[in-house]
Amino acid sequence: MWQYTLKRIFQGIITIWFIATATFVAMHSVPGDPLSSERATTPAIRANLEERYGLNKPILEQYALYIGSFLKGDFGISFTQRNRQVNDIIREHFPVSATLGILAVTFAALGGVLFGALTALYRNRLPDTIIMFLVILGISVPSFVFAALGQLLLVNINNLLGFSLLPVAGWGTVAHMLIPALVLGMSTMAYVTRLMRSSMLEIIHSDYIRTAKAKGLPAGRIFTRHELRNAILPVVTVLGPAIATITTGGFVVELVFAIPGLGRFFVQAVQQLDYTVIMGTTVFYGAFLVTMVILVDLLYGWIDPRVRVQ
Amino acid sequence: MSSPTGAEEGFNRSASRQLALYGVFAVLGFTLLMFGLNFAAGLTSTQVGGVAGAVDVENNEITAYIRQDPPQLNTTGAADAISGIVLGHIMEGLLRYDEHGDIAPGLAESWELDGNRAIFHIRDNARWSNGQPITAHDFEFAWKTTLDPATASQYAFILYAIKNAAAVNAGELPLSEAGIRALDDHTLEVVLEQPIAYFDKMVAFTTYFPINEAFFRSTNGRYAADADTMIYSGPFKLTSWVRGASLRLEKNPYYWDHDRIRLDAVNFAYITEDTNTLLNLFKDGRIVLADLTAEMLEGAMQQRWILDRFMDGSVFFIDFNHRPGRVTGNLNLRKAMQLAQDGNELVDRVIKLPGYLPAKSLFPVWLKGVERTFQEEYPPPVPEYNVALAREYLEKAKQELGLAEIPPLVMLADTSPVATISAQYYQQVFRKNLGLELVIDQQIFGQRLAKMEAGDFDIVLSGWGPDYNDPLTFGDYYASWNLNNRGRYLNPELDAQVRIGQSSLDPRERMDAFGRIQQILFDDAVFIGNYERGKLYATDPRVKGIIRRAIGAETDFTAAYIDADGR
Amino acid sequence: MNEPLIPALTPEDFTPVHQREDVHGLSRPSRSYWQDAWWRLRRNRRALASLWIVVGLLAFALIGPLLWRVDPARQDIDQISQAPGADRSAVIVAPYQPWSGQPTAAAPVQEGVLRLGDVPTSQAVRLVWDALPGASGYRVYRNDYPIDAGMAFGLPIIDVMASGGGHYEDRLNLRPGTYYYSLVVLNEFGEITDRYETRQVEVPRVITEDEVRQRGLVPEEQALALGDTVYLAFHPLGTDYLGRDVLARLMSGARVSLFIGIVAPFLYVLLGVIYGSTAGFIGGRLDQLMMRFADFVVALPFLLFMILFQVVFGLGPGQSGIIPMMVALVLLQWPATARLVRGQILQIRQEAYISASRLLGAKTWYLVLRHMIPNTLGVVLVTLTFAVPNAIFTEAFLSFIGMGVAPPTASWGSMSNEGLATMLTHPHELMFPALFISLTVLAFNLLGDGLRDALDVRMRSVE
Repeated sequence: MWQYTLKRIFQGIITIWFIATATFVAMHSVPGDPLSSERATTPAIRANLEERYGLNKPILEQYALYIGSFLKGDFGISFTQRNRQVNDIIREHFPVSATLGILAVTFAALGGVLFGALTALYRNRLPDTIIMFLVILGISVPSFVFAALGQLLLVNINNLLGFSLLPVAGWGTVAHMLIPALVLGMSTMAYVTRLMRSSMLEIIHSDYIRTAKAKGLPAGRIFTRHELRNAILPVVTVLGPAIATITTGGFVVELVFAIPGLGRFFVQAVQQLDYTVIMGTTVFYGAFLVTMVILVDLLYGWIDPRVRVQ
Repeated sequence: MSSPTGAEEGFNRSASRQLALYGVFAVLGFTLLMFGLNFAAGLTSTQVGGVAGAVDVENNEITAYIRQDPPQLNTTGAADAISGIVLGHIMEGLLRYDEHGDIAPGLAESWELDGNRAIFHIRDNARWSNGQPITAHDFEFAWKTTLDPATASQYAFILYAIKNAAAVNAGELPLSEAGIRALDDHTLEVVLEQPIAYFDKMVAFTTYFPINEAFFRSTNGRYAADADTMIYSGPFKLTSWVRGASLRLEKNPYYWDHDRIRLDAVNFAYITEDTNTLLNLFKDGRIVLADLTAEMLEGAMQQRWILDRFMDGSVFFIDFNHRPGRVTGNLNLRKAMQLAQDGNELVDRVIKLPGYLPAKSLFPVWLKGVERTFQEEYPPPVPEYNVALAREYLEKAKQELGLAEIPPLVMLADTSPVATISAQYYQQVFRKNLGLELVIDQQIFGQRLAKMEAGDFDIVLSGWGPDYNDPLTFGDYYASWNLNNRGRYLNPELDAQVRIGQSSLDPRERMDAFGRIQQILFDDAVFIGNYERGKLYATDPRVKGIIRRAIGAETDFTAAYIDADGR
Repeated sequence: MNEPLIPALTPEDFTPVHQREDVHGLSRPSRSYWQDAWWRLRRNRRALASLWIVVGLLAFALIGPLLWRVDPARQDIDQISQAPGADRSAVIVAPYQPWSGQPTAAAPVQEGVLRLGDVPTSQAVRLVWDALPGASGYRVYRNDYPIDAGMAFGLPIIDVMASGGGHYEDRLNLRPGTYYYSLVVLNEFGEITDRYETRQVEVPRVITEDEVRQRGLVPEEQALALGDTVYLAFHPLGTDYLGRDVLARLMSGARVSLFIGIVAPFLYVLLGVIYGSTAGFIGGRLDQLMMRFADFVVALPFLLFMILFQVVFGLGPGQSGIIPMMVALVLLQWPATARLVRGQILQIRQEAYISASRLLGAKTWYLVLRHMIPNTLGVVLVTLTFAVPNAIFTEAFLSFIGMGVAPPTASWGSMSNEGLATMLTHPHELMFPALFISLTVLAFNLLGDGLRDALDVRMRSVE
């Protein structure tokens, strides 16, 4: 097991290196550069800027320098926020995105498993119909519409009550977290619910459950030990990528709810071709993602011993 | 579907019980996680302003928003509108713009412009926010730092009016050769390349703000990276800056004119560009003002909000590619396009936000001429909307170009909502009136600039905002040496007028030159004016004296005060 | 004991017994796996209904434009953001003439300081006013609602910094209805005071004969006179922010959204299934390598590569950007499916029946085709049904940040995004595209459910 874990970590590092290289190549093949601004720069000023950011060096040297400083854990200085280290940007804004992401995924996983199991138990009956209707709403409304409608609803509730039940936007307290997390986790929860329902139905009709029932095992025990635990398997597989998508894809929610997450800075960086920020966040997210995937694989092995690599 | 058997019913009941238990644990766990994460976040990142209302009468402070995190507050490089709003509150230069947009004394109590030499006399009571006096050396240091090639300031060119500044910035001359010298602690001498009439207006720009050398060195290259790595010369000081989330400004007791400032603090507690979010925050009583879009007006009137408007100074227009070999180099084609569109329709029917005005000239309505506004003194020639005439011009153009049909023109545009609407609107207008096909090439910021730079377009939706309150800030846009002239319009006659505008000291002669530039641009159909951008905003009735303007900080709370009984 | 061990055989023993035909006959028709699945699907009413919805949506996209022949790019400037069923009548008036500022002969006679300078129409509302003592200037406001206490006069239309009487012509987005114009006195600092006068103005919708002819609102031969009433173009689902027909745009948007929403997920799920089952089945080093490559692809920044594909595939001027978006989706979105399928395959590989089948000499391809793929099909189909909205949403998200299909191409996602801005005042611009998205998603979900039930071998024993 330890050897396997170590091997996975080593492979992860190679993956990250690949990501860094691919991003570097991709970024530099897009026309334009981060030094362009609406106000044209004179050749002298441009030369100063290129010198400062090392953009006048040959591309391979830039790559070597970049990989070198990346190995030292230094992602450089942002092009668009001239005074800021990329490390600081990640350090300050990733925890915000991560908080939101963790809450959203937790909500999605807990809610999804709960509702999925419920719908499977009451297949084609009222609870199933109601929940599946909500699930369809959850997955069929685009996230930005959902976020905007959620916020609008909140404002109207606040106006109706005459005081602020929950803040409309902003960040910093527990009250600020709830609605954005729910909005962000909604579509994933719908997805998990459906996956859970489908996987649960398969299990319910499987032979070993019939055997367990025939043996006379207590219903609660069959349900939690055999049905729930086995049905969660496919759910766990999607959770790894889901955490990643949610954490990186929180841009809409971050924008609508004025939350200082990394997503906003990343989208801004891509649009302005802020090389260092793109590289830094991509490598960081890559590392984060690869770690998540490895963790999920290990977790998968733990839940289902048969999958564990010998 | 078979009805469940009794046994299955029993099983389900038992399983449901388990699930209910599980649900309770899930809710508990989720809540716990929320508090736990908040606790952890409190340790790793800074706390963000809570849920205060827009107006705090007790503490005499207000809460507002900004659209983006200020890219940088280091005045050697900051030049964007967002940083400008914050810097307009926390820093002051030798001169400043007052509430009417006129030049007023700032840290300099008096100044003399004498040919190519300017002398500024700095106040005795000018103090940094740490109590140290602000001296002429602080200005000398700041400006020279901006010109230092190692600083790599993107906005160094705004200092190029100073003697040797361009050469110093290019690394051809040492820093000491720049024409900036502190004669003593209170006297700053500036030598210019040539006499210029509008230098006082440039001095109010952010790049001309002071920096204290000793403090700058003590920050080890982190100057202005944080609230505590900066000292302030303006009415407010920055006491907290949580990146991407909030800024808090408190009254600066050392500010020389602190009696003028009536608020104790201003919170920029929300940073977002989403107009719906801002509307919701305003509706919820969290912010003192909010810019509105055309779609929000009905609701705003229904809510009985107090609405106001202002021009933000920028002019937007269709720029042609004048490079050789482009069909848009043909005057008659440009004339045809100019005549084929109704200048009012875009603003009145499509954008439909009061505050926007049709752009009749490159020189916006608010610019001052000699005595009255520039447009009053030099009424812009307005192209009449005449489709029949436009078609005649088009025929002429086809003959001159030797083309049976004008090939589809590439219209480069950015991705902002107004540009998206305008691009589609013009596509239809030219198709309908001239049978001319426009293909829209919508590109994000950097790619659009790269294409503009490379001349990879026929027409481009472009815009220009002012740096200082003088017509020259617009007037030199089409000068052949101006790199912003990305259509590469070339006209020696226009260049000559621009040189007069740059070098003449006689206001009348200068304005005449700008008047002639306006005429040349019209006669040559160099561009098609789209709109002058305006903004319509709702304000909290309890806050008075908010200034919004084209030049200087776009939103200015330095003269604002709370009137708790305000309706 | 002396009886023989084997009884003596007679020739009769070798005659065939009476053949019974009915034993060999099948009481039910024989059905293959897919025939059975189809039969089961047809029995599922919800699935069948959604299948029809999908067919309907495809027809809407492909046949719709042939029936509703309105150019989705045509802008009807007279009817911007018009709700369905709004009044379309307009009165014919003379063409617009610039105004000198003097009240015309037709101007209604009115008392008060603020008066109309001409008959108000949706073409222009012309106001004149007399000097008020002590005024340094005036600000004209326009409001949809009567003015009550407070300073909420509505929209500030214009500031006139002249103390004498004045005039103003308002042409800003005039719609038929009632307006309340206010003239507010400004003091010498240009600040508003509490002295004001309000005038209520009824504005009818008007149109000029030229415009009627240009837009083809009446038959060519019909004569028109001033004062006649004509009806503006009919838009069954209203118009958008540029006066374009929402129904026509929904149809052309359907082509884009359904193309991206169906083709892209189909391709990347297929890619994911092939990739994942290969990795899962072969296992070992290759599996490890393949999965690491999947991790690598997952971690690539979607936005950046989206832009890159736009450049590589040349999102030139006038192109809609659908192809780069498709390529980006297919090349970047498959790993999730691949991981899922691989997980399933790994699980199935351990099953006893696979070992049994292998012992019986089953070939690899047989195992994959016969056992692995049918057994993963349920999960894959659920993934696919969710991939459809995912692809549609990705497209909408890209529109949201200004990197979606290029204007004037319409898609449901970009239409919802644009509708968001007018959500409060013209909800139809958001509602219709959102409704179509929801309908598509719903249909694909129910269809996926039905397919899953129909295809899943294990489900056969149930119900």
